[in-house]
Amino acid sequence: MTTSATSAHETIIGLEIHIQLNTRSKMFCGCRVEFGAPPNTNICPVCLGLPGALPVVNGRAIELAVSAALALNCELHLSSVFARKNYFYPDLPKGYQISQYDRPLATDGWLDFQEEEGGGVSRVRIRRLHVEEDSGKSLHDRFAAQTAVDLNRAGVPLVEIVTEPDLRSPAAARAFLGRLKRALEYLEVSDCNMEEGSLRVDANVSVRPVGGSEFMTKTEVKNMNSFSQLEKALTYEAARHVSLLRSEDEVEHQTMLWDPVRSEARPMRGKEEVHDYRYFPEPDLPTLVVHEETVDRLGGGLPEMPWQKEQRFIDDYGLPGYDAQVLSSSRALADLFEAVARSTPDAKEASNWVMGEVLAAANDLSLPVERLGVDPEGLAEVIGLVAEGKLSHGLGRQVFRKMIETGKSAERVMEEEDLRLAGGAELEVWVKEAIDGNPAEVQRYRGGEEKLLAFFIGQVMRKSQGKADPAEARQALIERLEKR
Amino acid sequence: MSESIRPGVRELQEALRSRRLRVDELLRSVLQAIAGSDAAQPPLGAFLSVVGEEDLLTQVADLDRALEKGDEIGPLAGIPVAVKDNICTTSLPTSCGSRILEGYVAPYEATVVRRLRAAGALVVGKTNLDEFAMGSSTENSGFGPTRNPLDPERVPGGSSGGSAAAVAAGLVPLALGSDTGGSVRQPASFCGVVGLKPSYGRVSRYGLVAFASSLDQIGPLARNVEDAATLLGVIAGVDRFDSTSVDLPVPAFQDSLGEGPGGLVVGVPREYFPDDLDPKVAATCRSAIERLERLGAEIREISLPHTGYAVPAYYLVANAEASSNLARYDGVRYGLRASGAESTLAVYRATRGAGFGREVKRRIVLGTYGLSAGYYDAYYGTGQRVRRLIAEDFQRAFADGVDVIFTPTAPTVAFRLGERIDDPVLMYLSDVFTVTANLARLPAISIPVGSADGLPVGGQLLGRVFDEAKLLRAAQALERAVGDAASEEG
Repeated sequence: MTTSATSAHETIIGLEIHIQLNTRSKMFCGCRVEFGAPPNTNICPVCLGLPGALPVVNGRAIELAVSAALALNCELHLSSVFARKNYFYPDLPKGYQISQYDRPLATDGWLDFQEEEGGGVSRVRIRRLHVEEDSGKSLHDRFAAQTAVDLNRAGVPLVEIVTEPDLRSPAAARAFLGRLKRALEYLEVSDCNMEEGSLRVDANVSVRPVGGSEFMTKTEVKNMNSFSQLEKALTYEAARHVSLLRSEDEVEHQTMLWDPVRSEARPMRGKEEVHDYRYFPEPDLPTLVVHEETVDRLGGGLPEMPWQKEQRFIDDYGLPGYDAQVLSSSRALADLFEAVARSTPDAKEASNWVMGEVLAAANDLSLPVERLGVDPEGLAEVIGLVAEGKLSHGLGRQVFRKMIETGKSAERVMEEEDLRLAGGAELEVWVKEAIDGNPAEVQRYRGGEEKLLAFFIGQVMRKSQGKADPAEARQALIERLEKR
Repeated sequence: MSESIRPGVRELQEALRSRRLRVDELLRSVLQAIAGSDAAQPPLGAFLSVVGEEDLLTQVADLDRALEKGDEIGPLAGIPVAVKDNICTTSLPTSCGSRILEGYVAPYEATVVRRLRAAGALVVGKTNLDEFAMGSSTENSGFGPTRNPLDPERVPGGSSGGSAAAVAAGLVPLALGSDTGGSVRQPASFCGVVGLKPSYGRVSRYGLVAFASSLDQIGPLARNVEDAATLLGVIAGVDRFDSTSVDLPVPAFQDSLGEGPGGLVVGVPREYFPDDLDPKVAATCRSAIERLERLGAEIREISLPHTGYAVPAYYLVANAEASSNLARYDGVRYGLRASGAESTLAVYRATRGAGFGREVKRRIVLGTYGLSAGYYDAYYGTGQRVRRLIAEDFQRAFADGVDVIFTPTAPTVAFRLGERIDDPVLMYLSDVFTVTANLARLPAISIPVGSADGLPVGGQLLGRVFDEAKLLRAAQALERAVGDAASEEG
């Protein structure tokens, strides 16, 4: 068992995770969900909480939540109940948040993860998963001495996932969260972007002597906006607990706010402001019913999890671990790789091209892989042409780029752009230029430095912009250089 | 008071169709009558805001042109309708009778208002109410009381007192109210008009400012049952903006009218005729029942044993929901914001302290308490359990073959202004016979069945859930029975 605080204590961690669901519109109205829109532009009577407006459930959000619940091996409740969580806050327009309370969408799930690469598998139990709406944002730094409210986020759909206190170190918490993020991104349930707030994590922390079975007083830690800050904050907080226990002080049950700049956690609110949320069933919404058929459809459609895919790429295609990990990092990339690999005999070559040229193109064009419009068979054809020596690697790359840009076939591109290996008279010109332009190197070659042949080939390739047939160029160069 | 709108919707539409009356003339006379009612001493106070003639120029011209050509027009074409001021309109403010929403104009229109306009109705003004529909006398309005047109020293009932008074005074033939615990039926009873609370879910609540969401329902006030049926037909039906509205066909309610009471089984629950019921109210109701029996209805005494717990259960549930529904009035986004507050909490306190009246504050405090940790089960939980028991009482009665249930609408006739305002419990007991329909989600209607001491007495009929058709048929039979009795005596 890993212990983080000291060897005499173990750390107990449970997480409360908020995931923004990947929907086009909000949880209870048709307003757009959009990060970074000008303040208060994606709003309507419903998400503004205007008098008389009523919520209507976004079916897509429920489907995504069901997918998440199934992926986390939860018991899904076909009937669940929305509830109002009542509290006053300027960015909470109705004075209550529509959430779920005593009858959530799903309970009693689990997710396995590896604490370290190649290490053993640990299981974290999922206590519950429920659907709710987000609040707006209070902006404290926009205007001097005033708080501004942006309600674009009000009503954005979320799921809250609560784990059991099964994690035993900050590193494990980080690793678990990584696995969860990977799963939810893969399901396209959420972008899981911590910086944009589509993945938010609060942690409950306590420590106890190793071998103990009772839980000690816990604190809640908030405001960790990256995985590394999460690990840091939990390490800090666990150490604080240990030092309190050592000096025989009591750990106070409170909420701590992590300050990433000063790398310390400070108490957020005192006991006197303990909230009584006065939950009660939301009377504006009927019981949420999920039909068996929906569950079957979504359950059947659950994709292979990325870690399963990674292993399969190693087993079935003989890829190195690194390739398998990179290719399985997104569904689009993995699907493209598999499509290319199916059409070409060399899976490793397919991997090289997808990891190299495809990702480079995505990067250069600032487009996600799925929007590059890569035709897998076309790419396989290019790979084949290079393998057969009909295209140089450089020429193949140019052909592939043109294919992406124009959507044309390899054949058409090669013809229209004249991207073919050149030989004969055309090649002779480049060979002549390479030799005439570098008399010193010619001298040295003829003096016995035969390894300079590679230099001359490089010259020819550059002058030909990659079009020269390398084999033919090599032959022609040798002939010329040997001929005195 | 204008004689031209004394008639019901049917007569008015005939006059409009035959061009004996033009829409612009009708509108002008209505607006004059409203102005006249408020110029009187004391003022009637039925309306909080009224359209200007120029606001409806286009709509009126379109209607007159269509009528001229004999085009097919909506069921309420040219009919002036008043709307309770807790129903959102873009043309007029929506204050809910509260200082906290003074001057607030909604940027969207309630579904019922859209449907009114689509049916050709003229929305002429917004009517007074107890603040946020909390009250039984329309004395709790932040903008002064409405008086009973039949006796200005008396209340019109509430909370839809403005709507009931406007119809009773002949200012409009139709009005919309909202009914959470009797707020359409009790003022209808006090003012001698017809008031209908539809089954929960029959009419969209989108745009009705929520008091108690699981109990609120918009309903018509009218001069007669037929008009109430017409208005219900216009506003009823599923609405995708209200998830609690029910997707059931809306029958042509008028078609079920005119059949008479023959064969109807009318249940009369003994719990609704307690010993301390005003004897004149009891006698008036008894004679209406006899009248129905003579016309062929089967009268059956029944028992609804949990009736005695209805008022406390109602206030537990309604106040809890209200405490949450009214949290949004915090001075941050719209409505009143108290000035000079230095912190967020101070803004809330000052705004809500200044903006809400005593009764609203009382209910928010009670409702908040009833939902608090450690009390939820004892209060809100108990309220919900009693609610189920009351609904089961009715289910048993209907399963035993009862078609409709007859009760007095209110235990008294209209009381005097100021008589109960300082005694909330006595005020709450005005709703003792009406809250059960809301708790059980049933349709219920109040119709005038006679008078006591010169003031109208309302009889209430309750029907099976979503069977407004049969309820209206029974109501019209009762209306005719009582009318015939009155003319025989006259």
